Amino acid sequence: MSNLLVLAVGATLVMYALAVAIGALRLVRGPHAHDRVLALDFLFVVVLLTMLVLAIRYQSSMYFEAALLMALFGFVGSAAMAKFLLRGEVIE
Amino acid sequence: MTTALAAEIVVAALLLASGALVLTAALGLLRLADFFQRMHAPSLANTLAAWCVSLASIVHFSVLEERLSLHVLVINVLLAISAPVTTVLLAISAPVTTVLLARAALFRRRQAGDPLPPPLGDDAASTDRQLA
Repeated sequence: MSNLLVLAVGATLVMYALAVAIGALRLVRGPHAHDRVLALDFLFVVVLLTMLVLAIRYQSSMYFEAALLMALFGFVGSAAMAKFLLRGEVIE
Repeated sequence: MTTALAAEIVVAALLLASGALVLTAALGLLRLADFFQRMHAPSLANTLAAWCVSLASIVHFSVLEERLSLHVLVINVLLAISAPVTTVLLAISAPVTTVLLARAALFRRRQAGDPLPPPLGDDAASTDRQLA
């Protein structure tokens, strides 16, 4: 792992952390339920990207499985919550 | 310049670009006024930032293992199913999550009696076109 890559990964992770903080602000602030669902979906994507960056940093393919699961569960969770907001129940 | 150094420069540039894009998406999520404006911001992270990180890790692991490793693209396909995508390659898959969420938001607004965003274009003209 060279110095250049370590620096780039560090800067990227700092920017992701800022983005997560801002997304969490939107999650707390609302004002509607669908705003919160949108913010949660965004947080899922940012953490997924963090997993991929960590895979580059530590040169391990274990992180890919975690990122894959986050993509799946993020999609299922957001779709279920949107369906719930639409109908009041998830499975009809 | 060796191949390894060139690959590192490419990977670093792609990672920094994805960080800037994700930060832009977060700022859009915070600063835009309306829900229907806000829901456009995270798609920046879903599409361009995710592609940047995937390309970075494809380049990095291909150089590291000295063979083409494309398994990261699975995540892009998954994100493409769940996110709105304008890329020609991915235009076949429906933007499921965003469409569902937009429908839920419209439905809840209509229930609450709040004003809805105006439809695109001239309303009467589009109705005429639908009837014709």
